[in-house]
Amino acid sequence: MSEFLQFVFSGLTVGAVYALVALGFTIIYNASSVVNFAQGEFVMLGGMATVFIFDAGVPIWGAAALAILLTATIGILLNKLAIEPARGASVVNLIIITIGASIFLRGLAQIVFDKQIHRFPAFSGDTPFNIAGATLLPQSIWVLFGAAAVFIGLYAFFTRTLMGKAVLATANNRLAARLVGINTNFIMALSFALSAAVGATAGVLVTPITLTSYDIGVMLALKGFAAAMLGGMGNPFGALVGGLLIGLIEATTAGYLSSDYKDAAAFIVILLTLFVMPQGLFGQKSMERV
Amino acid sequence: MLTRIPPRVRALLILSILILIAPMLFPSSFYYRIGTLIFINSIAVIGLVILIGYAGQISLGHAGFSGIGAYACALAPTHLGLPPFLSLILGAVISGLLAWFVGRPILRLKGHYLAVATLGLGMLISMVLNNEAQFTGGPDGMMVASLGLTKGLEGLFDVNLKTSVVWYWFAGVMVLLGAWIALNLYNSPTGRVLRSVHDSEIAAKTVGADVARYKLVAFVISAVYASIAGSMLALFNRFITPDIASFLHSVELVTMTVLGGAGSVLGGIAGATLLTALPQALTVFHEYEHVMLGLIMMLVMIFMRDGLLPTLRKTLTRRAIA
Amino acid sequence: MSLLGVRGLGIDFGGITAVNALDFDVQPGEIVSIIGPNGAGKTTLFNMISGIYKPDRGTVTLDGDDVTSLEPHKLAERGLSRTFQNLQSFEQMTALENVMVGCHMSERSPVWVDLLRLPSSSRRNRETQERAMTLLKRVHLEKAAHMEASSLSYGALKRIDIARALACNPRILLLDEPAAGCNAVETEEIDALIAEIAQEGVAILLVEHDMKLVMKISNHVIALNYGEKLAEGTPAEISRDPKVVEAYLGSHGGKEAADALG
Repeated sequence: MSEFLQFVFSGLTVGAVYALVALGFTIIYNASSVVNFAQGEFVMLGGMATVFIFDAGVPIWGAAALAILLTATIGILLNKLAIEPARGASVVNLIIITIGASIFLRGLAQIVFDKQIHRFPAFSGDTPFNIAGATLLPQSIWVLFGAAAVFIGLYAFFTRTLMGKAVLATANNRLAARLVGINTNFIMALSFALSAAVGATAGVLVTPITLTSYDIGVMLALKGFAAAMLGGMGNPFGALVGGLLIGLIEATTAGYLSSDYKDAAAFIVILLTLFVMPQGLFGQKSMERV
Repeated sequence: MLTRIPPRVRALLILSILILIAPMLFPSSFYYRIGTLIFINSIAVIGLVILIGYAGQISLGHAGFSGIGAYACALAPTHLGLPPFLSLILGAVISGLLAWFVGRPILRLKGHYLAVATLGLGMLISMVLNNEAQFTGGPDGMMVASLGLTKGLEGLFDVNLKTSVVWYWFAGVMVLLGAWIALNLYNSPTGRVLRSVHDSEIAAKTVGADVARYKLVAFVISAVYASIAGSMLALFNRFITPDIASFLHSVELVTMTVLGGAGSVLGGIAGATLLTALPQALTVFHEYEHVMLGLIMMLVMIFMRDGLLPTLRKTLTRRAIA
Repeated sequence: MSLLGVRGLGIDFGGITAVNALDFDVQPGEIVSIIGPNGAGKTTLFNMISGIYKPDRGTVTLDGDDVTSLEPHKLAERGLSRTFQNLQSFEQMTALENVMVGCHMSERSPVWVDLLRLPSSSRRNRETQERAMTLLKRVHLEKAAHMEASSLSYGALKRIDIARALACNPRILLLDEPAAGCNAVETEEIDALIAEIAQEGVAILLVEHDMKLVMKISNHVIALNYGEKLAEGTPAEISRDPKVVEAYLGSHGGKEAADALG
């Protein structure tokens, strides 16, 4: 039982990170129908930038805030320089553009930072709590609460503020949104900034536990993607549930079956989801119009 | 005069001439090696031209099939006692069968969903190759038997040959063969259905085409191409690591395919040539390899949406008219 | 026994009934038109009959055989063919190739024959090309044969769509607004073409907004409103039907509507 609880703890911790990546996917996907394969690089940049700014002598909170700001700026640039000029391109082209962006950012991180594995100290020390025989790191609590805070904050933004509603309107019908006076270009930039900031936040929160390096983005993006699809593409609540589920499945696979194949769990979940219910757990069934 | 020849034959002629004259420009025999690598990548890319360019179905997992082909050649000779050439065929058969089994559910998906499902498939293959270290040597890779081309020829003609030179011609012939098949397909009943699926799946169905079956056909053919390319790479390098099945390699293959112009076999080969030769030219800037690859992918897809060759052709004809 | 039989057909989208309890028959060589305001469910009906949507209720029969929810390509094999309101052209193929794809059922061959370009593959190619050319001539587009579809005009693409559907040798042809967006001359041509096809014994089910065309060539008209059958009868009967007139223009515009319906 304590063993199972341990898996649940570690599963929820990584699951919360996957949920944030999936949430980042969802924000951009809803605003632009682009699936951003560079989403994992936002997480990497958040973690790596914090490490280097912190090492330069800035206090950890300041470093984290700067890193998130920096990543959000890169998100805006990505939209401005790569996504906006490619409007109207085919799905295949867009996939290659965002994968290109992902490889580019990875290469850039490798030059600007380095190829080493890094971490910075946990926010509240490394002394674990002991709960019913299982250990829980204080940083895990930071991750879980941080993810919950981001989720609630975004929920409030999208449902309570005019700006948030403008994003939803743009997602729903770009032309109609523009006709009622919404600056859709600004909304796109905002979505990329938000999405990048969410990813960077995940990177900041989880780096003390999982460490970071220039190349962690690919796997994170793929698992975040798996989470988003499991939950139902475009549904923020689905992204949250999907992320936690993938984390739990992965942790129990690693614990009970084989740690070599823990990464396989996410992909088997993706394939099964796509085959059995392509709309995901909370997605809507779509109908082809002819 | 060239315009009188059917496009299919013209493409094959151009390709043969390029393969024949390229060695005249090689400053050293090292370039035969690069040429061979270009041809091997071209074979995988021609398969993807059929899948992506003709049928409009993306795959981000085809490196997985290359991995199967490569490891078939690494494992079958020692474990099953098969000669390397038969191992290549065995790999192609396994890849084709796997593609056939998983293809039907996967190909029901479209766009991003298809991309992610194929990506997942490739990842799973790559994980097996990485994790089953008692067979595959894990991430460190393993040695591969020789195809014995050079020895065979030397025995036949009593000459001294350089392996890379022999491989250059062997791989060149294989590219021509692969291109010939893909070009045959283009203007055939089957090829026409594939190309119609690219533009409107529903319309293709309403004229009586079993679209699911045709997509599967394209998927299996492209898997076999990728597998053969993987086998050839293993036999050429005499060494293989699971990197051949990695996501990055899948992405490279797709990029090559779309870079030159996904709809055409020659475009695909041009893309393969560029992306294979460029890192060799940039070895000095090894650090910048990823940055360059990412930049090229973005720039071409933003500014030359149809790929290099078609964009070039359009610009040229516009010039000619103007 | 009718060629096409529709019984109690209905479908819902997310709780909203798009088409409900529809019954009608089409006989060989007959031209039956479906009319109704936008959103009446005409295209949805076509999508159900041609196997693109699976109906929630009711049956579709061909020669008395139940073919409800069969895949579109199976229906094509049984002689049901269609065109699309919003054009589903193969844009990157030439006009000729578009029609050649339509000949698919008569030219399909084992894949390996095509991969190796065996003589039988080349021969089929030639035969298909000739047949497709004849069909293009029939819609007066032989000059555009080698132009890419994406470079052709809307009216030309509409006609290619018809030629492609004819290439399937259909016994019943579903035409979804074949004259939409065409000028008067083109409409006239399409009008003549439809009549000619019906003369050859092919049944035609037509959705069209051009009432003049509908009233002129139909044997039979079915008026839909909100997914249900409002009226059915000869063109003359329909144009006098007060319910149809009201559905089109509201109760006040009765006289004008009657004039418009001809």
